[in-house]
Amino acid sequence: MDRPHGPGVGASVPRVDGIAKVTGRARYLDDLDAPNAWHGATVRSKVAHGVLEAIELDPAFDWSRVVVATAEDIPGTNVILLIEDDQPALVKVGAHIMHVDEAVALIAAPTRALAFEALKHVKLKVKALPAVFTVDDAIAGKQLLYKTNNVFKEIRISKGHTTDLELEAAFAKAHQVIEGTYETSPQEQMYIEPQAMMAEWDGARCYIVGSMQCPYYVHKAMKSLLGCAPDDVVITQSVTGGGFGGKEEYPSMLAAHVALLAAKAKRQVKMIYDRDEDIAATTKRHPCRTHHRMAVDADGNIIALDIDVIMDGGAYLTLSPVVLSRGVLHAAGPYKCPVTRVRGRVVATNHPPHGAFRGFGAPQTTFAYERQMEKLAIARKEDPLSLRSRLALRSGDTTATGQTLGFSVGTDDVIAAIAAVAHAPPKRDGVNAAGTPVKRGRGLCFYFHGAGFTGSGEQRLAGRATLAVTTEGTFEVRSSSTDIGQGAITMFSQIAAGALGVDVAHITVVDPSTARVPDSGPTVASRTCMVVGSLVDQGSRVLRGKLEAWAAEHGMAGKSLVEIAKARGAEGELTETIQYQPPPGIEWDDATYTGSAYPVFGWAACLVDVSVDVDTYEVTIDRCVQAVDVGKAINPSIVIGQIDGGTLQALGWAVLENVVYKDGRVANANMTNCIVPTFADAPELETILVECPYPFGPSGAKGVGEIPMDGPAAAVANAVQNALGVPFDSLPISPEVVRKTWRPS
Amino acid sequence: MKVTLDVNGGEHHVEVSPWKRLLDVLREDLRLTGTKEGCGEGECGACTVMLDGEAVNSCLVAVGQCDGRTITTVEGLAKGDVLHAVQRALVACGGAQCGICTPGIAVCAAHVVDRGLVIGRDEAAARAQVRELLAGNICRCTGYQLIVDAVIAAAREVES
Repeated sequence: MDRPHGPGVGASVPRVDGIAKVTGRARYLDDLDAPNAWHGATVRSKVAHGVLEAIELDPAFDWSRVVVATAEDIPGTNVILLIEDDQPALVKVGAHIMHVDEAVALIAAPTRALAFEALKHVKLKVKALPAVFTVDDAIAGKQLLYKTNNVFKEIRISKGHTTDLELEAAFAKAHQVIEGTYETSPQEQMYIEPQAMMAEWDGARCYIVGSMQCPYYVHKAMKSLLGCAPDDVVITQSVTGGGFGGKEEYPSMLAAHVALLAAKAKRQVKMIYDRDEDIAATTKRHPCRTHHRMAVDADGNIIALDIDVIMDGGAYLTLSPVVLSRGVLHAAGPYKCPVTRVRGRVVATNHPPHGAFRGFGAPQTTFAYERQMEKLAIARKEDPLSLRSRLALRSGDTTATGQTLGFSVGTDDVIAAIAAVAHAPPKRDGVNAAGTPVKRGRGLCFYFHGAGFTGSGEQRLAGRATLAVTTEGTFEVRSSSTDIGQGAITMFSQIAAGALGVDVAHITVVDPSTARVPDSGPTVASRTCMVVGSLVDQGSRVLRGKLEAWAAEHGMAGKSLVEIAKARGAEGELTETIQYQPPPGIEWDDATYTGSAYPVFGWAACLVDVSVDVDTYEVTIDRCVQAVDVGKAINPSIVIGQIDGGTLQALGWAVLENVVYKDGRVANANMTNCIVPTFADAPELETILVECPYPFGPSGAKGVGEIPMDGPAAAVANAVQNALGVPFDSLPISPEVVRKTWRPS
Repeated sequence: MKVTLDVNGGEHHVEVSPWKRLLDVLREDLRLTGTKEGCGEGECGACTVMLDGEAVNSCLVAVGQCDGRTITTVEGLAKGDVLHAVQRALVACGGAQCGICTPGIAVCAAHVVDRGLVIGRDEAAARAQVRELLAGNICRCTGYQLIVDAVIAAAREVES
């Protein structure tokens, strides 16, 4: 009963893991049988910047009941290997502490209570140093945290000019210049399953299982940290209770910690973060400030753009350069403009490292350019949707990096989809259901999102996926793409079933473990369905061809593929591994930031109606419609669920979510104060799927996971400005901010 | 302390500290791991169970308060292989994504449906009612839309 039936692509087949999840049978890390596992806990820094002088264990505590691990216990390199080798797994004595809640030592104990009790008996002796908490202080460079200037990465895009003088000459011709500074807040992923990991050693081999997006990222980091051969560390994903980017890089840190403790304790050790610890210590969306200047001619065409993006990367480099890259590549927006300059910097501060979160830099810069477009529409008294349509990129136009768009540009379709359901805007003045006076407004937004890895990233990754007929004659998909709730295993089943011409029930997607699956690349960047799904599609087609040829040779021509696979499987496993090949015409120059930044873009438009309570200043989202060009919906129900979920994360970021830092410490590290939308906060979400097929995606599918996060926050800000008549250029638009910004007349 | 619990129709006796959280007794002593811990502070609702017919956050309930009382967890919703209408609807409508909040939502929604709490309302009012009744359960994946669809579908099915 657990296995849904259905045809392949295009049907809303119930998710393969649905019944296990609704019955509580799905086993997440903390549900696995591990009766003898010890529990790990982490000794963390209380200061934001300093030199660790000593780790002092209280002599009054009975340390024989627990094990303690420090940097001294690391057999390989004390680095969480990712892009750069600057982040240690544990700060060693004599080294620098770079942020509050940085891991310094580890404790494992037979019970969780004892592990946490032991934590209280560890004292860190730290010589405090001046800390940096703002991007301006980081750039001023009085306190150096990273190299000579605190800049982790700087990226420039230049289009239509070579010198600053030429850019200014373009601005000098402007009929009108729209200018503004836009700030977005850090955001917590708030997956409902906290970070969780377990390790066990069998001789020299370490087995790590846990909640994660990218088993091979963890594998890479562990090979270096444990100083072992690739086969001597095995990484397996357990059922994962949400990720949203938050389980892209940080699981490597937990994996390091449980591996060290398990070695020391000589038994299984698991570590499950408390919610407070998870919010305080793990990565969040980069806070960002964007200064945006837009020159417009008398006809209302954009003639020049000058954009400066500054992100707070936190204490270590982690994924910041690539987050910045995506932010910068989206900063000019999906609009025609001949002369563009984008300068982006991500800088070091003493905040905990900021990292991957759905959208990956693009929501921050999208907020800025869509606020600018709104201001242009107001200045020109032009209908906001018509203005966007008039200036939008279409097939044949070039982006800021000089990429000429060809296929799968959904501009007209998504704008038309919104226009078709817009109806009349709400009346400005009214009362809400509770009888309180409100001001109402409408906001619109149009945006795009590059699908897959940036530039030549996919070529470098060279992701692989394997299709197999097992010796039992069943079909298996083997890939390291994880299902973190987005429906990867169901969509892979559908793609394989469609290509093989069999029922979905005949496909098994194996649980990702580095011992059993090839490296398909990480589960990030809206690439799983589009890129890895395409490998599954190709592999299935090749496998089908081989099976049919075999059948012809063995007198089974005309039999069903299921019967053929049974017969062929009995002779031994048959596999087909496909490696990613870039679509033709994809050229990218990383040195000049020119060329095809992405193989294809998703396109979307959004309409939001709000009402602002004039007594409480609370912004309520009355309506939210999002039309998204997804290429092809492999499973419409799953795709709608993805878009709905991303939309609400964006709406939450717009009006109520925030991570508040105080002296480098997260001041609201609990779910009571670090709030996310509830059932009661969420509006009815109207999601419209638009399908402009991408020729190199499976059945035309392209990325969908991140795009819904990019635009709605700007649409909310635009709607609040429409309601109140004053601009809102920073997030969140909380009642406190509304009260500061607007006075009822 | 000796505590007697009626869990999903079966009687269980456990010898535990009265201060132990009901959540931990269910998960550790009874190995009913369907009930999840998301925050441990009564905000997320992943640990929701029914206690004598009332939805509670089992992370905030000391087991000492539960002696002789009746508890329903997600494991108690299906009758054998026959899923509860809410469970079927959550699967059919795509109301479960990562699934970690789903047990708590299923327990709470089953209560809403079984008690007929949305009966006799028009579509919009029924949806608003579901949103209010489930406001103690946070889901970060779905945006809630397809969960509301599922609860309404289950309620209509039970109603007819």
